Amino acid sequence: MGELGIVVPAVLAGLTTGAIYALVALGLTLIYGVLHIINFAHGSLLMLALYAAFFLKTLWGIDPYAAVFVLGPAFFALGYVLQRGVIWPASHGQDSMILMVTLGLSIVIDNLALALWTSSTRTVDLPYAFAVIDLKLALIPLPRAVAFVAALAAAGLLWLFLARTDLGRAIRAVAKERLGAQLVGIDVRHVYAMCFGLGTACVAVAACLLLPTFYVTPQVGHAFVLVAFTTVVLGGMGSMEGALIGGLVLGVVETLCGLFLGESLGQIGIFAIFILILLFRPTGLFGGKSA
Amino acid sequence: MNALLEVENLVAGYGQTEILRSVSVAVAEGEIVSLLGSNGAGKTTFNHAVAGTLAPRGGLMRFAGKDRTGAPTTQMVAEGLIQVPEGRRVFPNLSVRENLWLGGYRRGSARRTDNLARVVGIFPRLGERLTQLAGTLSGGEQQMLAIGRGLMAEPRLLILDEPSLGLSPLLVEEMFGLIRGLNAEGLAILLVEQNVVQSLEIAARAYVMENGAIVASGSAAALRDDPALKKAYLGM
Repeated sequence: MGELGIVVPAVLAGLTTGAIYALVALGLTLIYGVLHIINFAHGSLLMLALYAAFFLKTLWGIDPYAAVFVLGPAFFALGYVLQRGVIWPASHGQDSMILMVTLGLSIVIDNLALALWTSSTRTVDLPYAFAVIDLKLALIPLPRAVAFVAALAAAGLLWLFLARTDLGRAIRAVAKERLGAQLVGIDVRHVYAMCFGLGTACVAVAACLLLPTFYVTPQVGHAFVLVAFTTVVLGGMGSMEGALIGGLVLGVVETLCGLFLGESLGQIGIFAIFILILLFRPTGLFGGKSA
Repeated sequence: MNALLEVENLVAGYGQTEILRSVSVAVAEGEIVSLLGSNGAGKTTFNHAVAGTLAPRGGLMRFAGKDRTGAPTTQMVAEGLIQVPEGRRVFPNLSVRENLWLGGYRRGSARRTDNLARVVGIFPRLGERLTQLAGTLSGGEQQMLAIGRGLMAEPRLLILDEPSLGLSPLLVEEMFGLIRGLNAEGLAILLVEQNVVQSLEIAARAYVMENGAIVASGSAAALRDDPALKKAYLGM
């Protein structure tokens, strides 16, 4: 019973972290599933969004949760313009070159952040940062509960958009049958840019939910993007439901490993799973299914 | 009859390879024209250049009297030049209903509802499978879906690329009957086929393509009796 008293809070904490992982991974898997490219700039964009949320709070006093409604659309636009104005023209539409362009972008963004904001670690002070919700079995920090609910809500909205709107159907059509999509009059370049925008909006929302309990440095994106890649591989490349479940699973694995192996070893579990998945089920849990 | 599609001296290719050397083809309103040729003659490249998925390198294309050389696919679809591609190219991860609905991507929502009812009327088998994923349909059903998706776009000219490919003889019969029926309602059709015998039966006129150029053209009846053509394509 004493054991359970430690495990339950750890699992709940893991689920809250996992929801953020899932949201970051959803953006990554959406871009992969439709554009068939791996976006190396994903982590850098997350870092940029964390800084944006940080400065909105410190300079203008805008609460990170309110910033979702500013940074979500702003980063959607940024992603749209990046894909349409930089990534697509610079790569001439070749997948292998897109890879290099996104890698180059991430290096540029990371170093710009380092030059502009130095490498010091920054955090925000929020009145509710240490508030907790009593769930009887465990106490959950309020910002984590908010992050969990909001991340799942964002994932749900994204799913609804893809399932129920014309553009969502067009996105799913382009993902599997690009020529067929062109021939019904879908503007494929617009769809690509929309996906990149949506993927970037996902990291912006994740950043706003993360900031109250996390910190910002120019390197902060790397940790998340590594986990996001693992999540995408675990769930099956390009699978939305896979990314969601994969993110939650990895969040729980991380806290449980942290609990039993020691705080600093939590991520060992994540990468052990990564290797096991690659060895035994390279298509992922939901691989081969349609996006 | 008024010319709907006029292609003059079209040149197109990929990279260093020039596939179409100088191709001229015309289709009138309400006409059914067949473009024949063996595998590799350049028929599919021609389709891509006309549909706007491949930029032409030379020549001229007019649609409904307006210069549309090199126009993007989005515009050609909006104006009613619709291609049903070789290999069907349906969206395997979407339901039959969603496939059809996306066929009307450039049309208003009210008209899409009407057109969906019309297409289901033509293909009752699709109506029975509206919620099924297109990837789980049989080859013949996928071909029907591809044509149904094309009809959802309210075509003025329907270009069918190898609609009989991979179908059983019975289904091929059904397919040609269907094409004839669509044409009887006034739809102009450009039928791109390897199946020479049946294509010449339903077409009014035909073109024969070889190595990226038109080598013979005329009324279907005249081409049927052309000794050289008989020898090359009909094995007689």
